[in-house]
Amino acid sequence: MAATLNAESLRGRLEQLASAAGIRQWDLGAACSTDTSVQVDRGEAKQMKGAQRSSITIRVWNSDGLVGITSTSDLSDAGLERALAGAREASGFGNPDDTPAFSPLATAPLAELRQPIHEPQGILALLDTLKDAEQQLLGRHAAIGTVPYNGLAERSSERIYLNSEGACRQQRLSTASLYLYARAEEAGRKPRSAGAVRLAYGARELDVAGCINEAAERTISHLDYAPISTGHYTCVFSPEAFLDLIGAFSSLFNARAVLDGVSLSNRDSIGQPLAVPFFDLHDNGLNPGNIGASAFDGEGTPTRRLALLEGGVLRHFLHSEATARAFGVAPTGHAGLGAKVSVGPDWFEIGATPGSSGGQQGLDRFNAPEPIVWIDSLSALHAGVKASQGSFSLPFDGWLVQGGEARSIEAATVAGDIRTLLNSIVGFEGEAKITPDGLCPLVWVEGLSVTGEA
Amino acid sequence: MVASFDSSWQPRLESLLARGLAAGADLVEVFLERTDHLGVLAEQDTITSVSPAFGMGAGLRVFRGERDGFVSTNDLSPSGLEQALDQALGMLGLQRGTAVLNGFDGLAQLRDFAASKDSWLARCPELREATDRLLEGTAQLAMHGSHLQAWRGSYARDWQEVLVAASDGTFAHDIRLHQSVGLNVLAADGEHRAGVGRRHGSSGRPDDLRQWDAEASAREVCESSGAMLYADYVEAGQLPVVLANRFGGVIFHEACGHLLETTQVERGTTPFADKVGEAIAHEAVTAIDEGLSDGAFGSLCMDDEGMEAQRTVLIENGILKRFISDRAGELRTGHARTGSGRRQSHTFAAASRMRNTYIAAGPHTPEQLIASVDRGLYCKSMGGGSVGPTGQFNFAVEEGYLIENGQLTKPVKGATLIGEAKEVMPRISMCANDLELAAGFCGSVSGSIFVTVGQPHIKVDSITVGGR
Repeated sequence: MAATLNAESLRGRLEQLASAAGIRQWDLGAACSTDTSVQVDRGEAKQMKGAQRSSITIRVWNSDGLVGITSTSDLSDAGLERALAGAREASGFGNPDDTPAFSPLATAPLAELRQPIHEPQGILALLDTLKDAEQQLLGRHAAIGTVPYNGLAERSSERIYLNSEGACRQQRLSTASLYLYARAEEAGRKPRSAGAVRLAYGARELDVAGCINEAAERTISHLDYAPISTGHYTCVFSPEAFLDLIGAFSSLFNARAVLDGVSLSNRDSIGQPLAVPFFDLHDNGLNPGNIGASAFDGEGTPTRRLALLEGGVLRHFLHSEATARAFGVAPTGHAGLGAKVSVGPDWFEIGATPGSSGGQQGLDRFNAPEPIVWIDSLSALHAGVKASQGSFSLPFDGWLVQGGEARSIEAATVAGDIRTLLNSIVGFEGEAKITPDGLCPLVWVEGLSVTGEA
Repeated sequence: MVASFDSSWQPRLESLLARGLAAGADLVEVFLERTDHLGVLAEQDTITSVSPAFGMGAGLRVFRGERDGFVSTNDLSPSGLEQALDQALGMLGLQRGTAVLNGFDGLAQLRDFAASKDSWLARCPELREATDRLLEGTAQLAMHGSHLQAWRGSYARDWQEVLVAASDGTFAHDIRLHQSVGLNVLAADGEHRAGVGRRHGSSGRPDDLRQWDAEASAREVCESSGAMLYADYVEAGQLPVVLANRFGGVIFHEACGHLLETTQVERGTTPFADKVGEAIAHEAVTAIDEGLSDGAFGSLCMDDEGMEAQRTVLIENGILKRFISDRAGELRTGHARTGSGRRQSHTFAAASRMRNTYIAAGPHTPEQLIASVDRGLYCKSMGGGSVGPTGQFNFAVEEGYLIENGQLTKPVKGATLIGEAKEVMPRISMCANDLELAAGFCGSVSGSIFVTVGQPHIKVDSITVGGR
């Protein structure tokens, strides 16, 4: 069953219900989706899931200009009526000092995204694909005994933004995802695990072989492990790990967090250096590598590429309509939909500043004169990152590279301060890699504290 | 919107279940849900967000052998539920009408755990009262805090009505009410910063926000932020650690509790799968998971599979006694159900999950534990944590102090504790006599659920402390 929403019908119903309730200004975000997914366990289907979901969030402005909001999964007339009533009641508690308005860009042209819509393959086809992938992964090494976390899913979805001034945004999307997380154990040794993820616009387009290869290579590479001595090391972050870290500290670039006083940045930070002078960071939800990109944000503002750091200097913040108004700039397309609108990043692009040295040249972790810690993935970011303080202390999986040989690290944490880290970047290694969270090369950072068990 | 799950649902559900069985399913389960949520945020002296939400939906699960198919939908109409059933059957290669009905005696008499709870939602604070109470909390923060750069209070009220029907006759109805209120501050003085938060939560207590002691909560948060503002970063290494009671219990939750869920046995990701009857922890450790503590965040009258809650002794004097099990866990691992089949909402299939999970009180005083350490770390307040597929766990220390010569000395920050359950559980060598529980949220295979962690003060003889 394909997910569908009828924007014009929804608009008509809302106009009628709002008019009857005496509500003149409103907007809404609606979404529906159809999902199917499978998990397997040693050749057998473990769980097969399907879901039909729908949801709507309605904002209304009362006669005092204050905003209230309500969300519901009930898209019937009765559900919409109740949501309008709830939003109107909530508007009595709207914040007069920070009232959202319609985005001035809610009717501006949208970028054209190349997002082919694929028909779902069906759950039994997904099951066959995943069984085969699991079997191949299990066959890669005798120590790989299970693939305890795995899943193959496909989704058809649609989202809408409407407002009472005539804005109408609509986007349909099909996506598919595959993850394989293997567990390996050799006699007398601790179990080790690693995995890989792939995204595509349809299940047939997924790079299944690449996912198997990556999961196998990463898992096998951790079988031979040793403890690491506690100390300060030059660390090489994988693209995934570095993007995770930047994402966890994205309040640095978030105008909402700045206004709320919980960012390390402040209103005067624009134009100030935040990182080494050869470091660029852009937010670009429109990058073709961003599978499932949104053409517009929760307020209907078009998504666009935005320079956050250029030459290490802070250039722009991420904005909603309200924060942009407070800063006297245009919304950037990074808003949610709420009484207090959240702001968040889309998809990062990280690399050397064009025309700069790009930091130290010719970096190669296998030819480094000193031992290097190569960080493959970070864990527990929700607990180990103190974004408002700038500090982090995070468990990681990775390797100690010395003399051209990489050996997996048994168990360790890496700790530091994000501002110090951004100013301790030595340079980049290799080509930028597309990941689910962004585009990034390997990033070298010196002087990080690593705690091990040796 | 469905008005309520009354007895009129019985014939519809029986028809649905019978059709599933007739198609060749071994068992069919239907989970119906209505929800009503309210979230309020206060920042400084202003209400900045009021977010009501309501919803409804169904989750249908079909078992055949050890396999199952699960479908969720927002459409509770007869055709919507039939369509969901067809989809779930199709996942297992079954079709309605292709087999003969293999015996269904109808649903048992409804076990109505909701009978006395109809008034709960109406007895909760109205929006005005809730916002006033929250602003009282932020005013208390402003009064007791120093160097506060930002301070906020948040309130969440989650009401849920559920009806569970299964082809084994299970037919049960319940209403749940969870409320939580949290206070957070960010203190800053030059380059020194400290962010501290605490959350109080309850279940089944409509008056809880009214009875919440805003001043005591604010004092606790402000004292902690004041202590941590100028704290140095902890020095990394292998150290003995004393963990405070209440939220210190996150160590057992992450390090061991998850590994005693049958989902982990099914996956082969627990080192304790074949250890029932064997010592897996120090003899000082007795650990319990239960859904019965009055008003606790993880308490429930019945689980999301319609089974009445229980008290389950997991570890007794270091010996592994039981696993936490749900319907699928019993089917696939043989461990009997413990009333622990839980899910965030109808969009998730139930899984074996913790409820109120804690280490039992021991014979010592907290002071005796601290006095037994020459040089170590005292973890007064914990942040969140997680456990990986190899049993390696981690969690953050929000408020820590050095222990030197048996005494608490200076505050330290930035510590992360990591380890493996098999290695750490035998090192919990002392338990104090001051068991207390704390509310929390646990995210796992069946979504984010309300739980309680808890413990008395405990001593871990050695653990890896990540720092700078």
